[in-house]
Amino acid sequence: MPELKLILPELSLLALLCCVLLIDVFKRGRSNDWTSTFGLSVASLLIVLVITATGWQAERIAVFGGMYIADPLATSLKVFILSAGVFALFYSRDYLARRGIVVGEYYVLALSSVLGMMILVSAGNLLTVYLGLELMSLSLYAMVAMQRDASQASEAAMKYFVLGALASGMLLYGISLMYGVSGTLDIATLAHNIGGVRDGTLVVFAMVFVLCGVAFKLGVVPFHMWVPDVYQGAAAPVALFISTAPKIAAFGMVMRILVEGLSPMRPEWSAMLAILAVLSMAIGNVTALAQTNFKRLLAYSTISHMGFLLLGVIAGTNDGYAASMFYAVVYALMSLAAFGALILICQADAERDETADFAGFAKTSPGFALLVMMVMFSLAGVPPFAGFWAKWFVIKEVLAAGYLWLAIVSVLFSVIGAFYYLRIVKLMYFDNPDGSVVVGAGSDMRAALSFNGLVILALGLLPTWLMTICLVATRTF
Amino acid sequence: MIEQIVFYAFAAILIVAATMVITVRNPVHAVLFLVLAFFASAGIWMLLEAEFLAIALVLVYVGAVMVLFLFVVMMLDINIAVLREGFARYVPLALVVAILMVGAIGVTVGPANFGADKVAIPAPHAADYSNSQALGAAIYTDYLFPFEIAAVVLLVAIIAAIALTLRTSRQHKQPKTEMQLRARRADRVRLVKVSGTVEQQD
Repeated sequence: MPELKLILPELSLLALLCCVLLIDVFKRGRSNDWTSTFGLSVASLLIVLVITATGWQAERIAVFGGMYIADPLATSLKVFILSAGVFALFYSRDYLARRGIVVGEYYVLALSSVLGMMILVSAGNLLTVYLGLELMSLSLYAMVAMQRDASQASEAAMKYFVLGALASGMLLYGISLMYGVSGTLDIATLAHNIGGVRDGTLVVFAMVFVLCGVAFKLGVVPFHMWVPDVYQGAAAPVALFISTAPKIAAFGMVMRILVEGLSPMRPEWSAMLAILAVLSMAIGNVTALAQTNFKRLLAYSTISHMGFLLLGVIAGTNDGYAASMFYAVVYALMSLAAFGALILICQADAERDETADFAGFAKTSPGFALLVMMVMFSLAGVPPFAGFWAKWFVIKEVLAAGYLWLAIVSVLFSVIGAFYYLRIVKLMYFDNPDGSVVVGAGSDMRAALSFNGLVILALGLLPTWLMTICLVATRTF
Repeated sequence: MIEQIVFYAFAAILIVAATMVITVRNPVHAVLFLVLAFFASAGIWMLLEAEFLAIALVLVYVGAVMVLFLFVVMMLDINIAVLREGFARYVPLALVVAILMVGAIGVTVGPANFGADKVAIPAPHAADYSNSQALGAAIYTDYLFPFEIAAVVLLVAIIAAIALTLRTSRQHKQPKTEMQLRARRADRVRLVKVSGTVEQQD
């Protein structure tokens, strides 16, 4: 069966997920062990990673009546999502083990969320897009709520759930109007049918609703309200998970719905995205200046980075899409490391998530302070690191597409944003430690975080190989 | 003609019931109005010859889900006064958004785009046409892939519900061994410096 061979990554992940779930029942109480749920989940992700990478398709193939698409974009995004998932699980284990939280379902839900993201990025039909999105989000809501005894976590989960349901409703309403206009849910046919519609207003109206749903998942202004509250309320590894792999998946969703399905409406949606991008960069960066909580700071930083990510899509060229994809992957890497730093200093009794907790970090642990400094420089977009190239590529593409004002605005806000990243560096290097913050992480966490930091540095020195992959992935659009 | 009268009757009931759901003060009444809204929409589906969906809506939603919902609402002590706090403050903004939305929807989803002359009237099916058979054939052939994903979504919902509600620690009173083993001396014992000499007092 050629169809089953193409969906082998999703099939195998689902099968492995069910196995992990069953084994977890019998190994209750030891789910953070290497030989138990955690180890099996990481092994599952790695197996699926290998299966995905070996199933590379050079051309676009649609199976199951166009419901599922196998193409370079889907495969490469899946590889990045799975890799981010492996890192996220490593960091989660350390946090959960140290704080004495033993829940095997955490890993199972993480796996099912990854499954949802994989379905989302290779969706060929708006129905599959919606179901993939729901599978991903449902798992995330539950992961946020998992810390039941913390009232903040429950509140964050409730907010995330209600607003997420609202966004899904918007998306569904938009999709139903799309169906009314074009008579199809198939993304490729949609692009063809919309081109021949007499009256554009109805398509634009439907598109606004779809765009709301997409913008909510990306977390761009004005659909950003949930981001800071959810990041602050959720446990550090959950916030880490939400801010990494789902962002790559959301980029895939933008590519599938806007770039592929609504390609005849490019002038309209790129104008809307330009507004969203400018607002995100402005509000994200300016509000982050006032934050004293590290998680909220990272949340506003996410919002501004998603604004930057949209720049490449606004440019509307293949190179622009590749630049956005590069941005999504690099952002996921940096976000992993930034939240990793937070997990590094968390204590058994409580989380240390104030920026002041990093005071004098360079004196208590110079090695990791250097790493956090690298990550902060990278997030700010300082040259030798990967974050610089991510910004460089999107701004270059947006300039090439003739949006000079957008490039100027983005550079301006990027400079403003550098302030709060550098403040963390200042806190670590020039303030006095209060002695309460120590690195309590285990050796696997330390190794993973160091590797993560090295990848950011290596990508900064040699950005071309990742860019080549992104260019190949977006070539078919 | 009769069909049109029936449609308008059901549509009117649906709109009134849906409005009542969000305006009545008593939550139990709200749930009952929701039941009425479901009945009315089932009637409209019946007019569209979607018998299977209409029956499923009544059986599953009205028969099972809403009854469960009613129990939950009756068990919860919902304080309406707290929920309505700040209502007046948000009304102006909400009205602006609502009027804009209604206007935009009226312009786009009006008769200009979806009028009776724009869409051909579908031919009625034969009397022995089986709705459920057609639905089954579509689900298990063309829509097999999304159907399976929907099943996975349900599985995840089950896992999440159990993970969020099952509390093993409250059900037995065993000491937590892992907590006892993790206890360190520093957590329990505090060394206090006591000076050996007692000061003489006059």
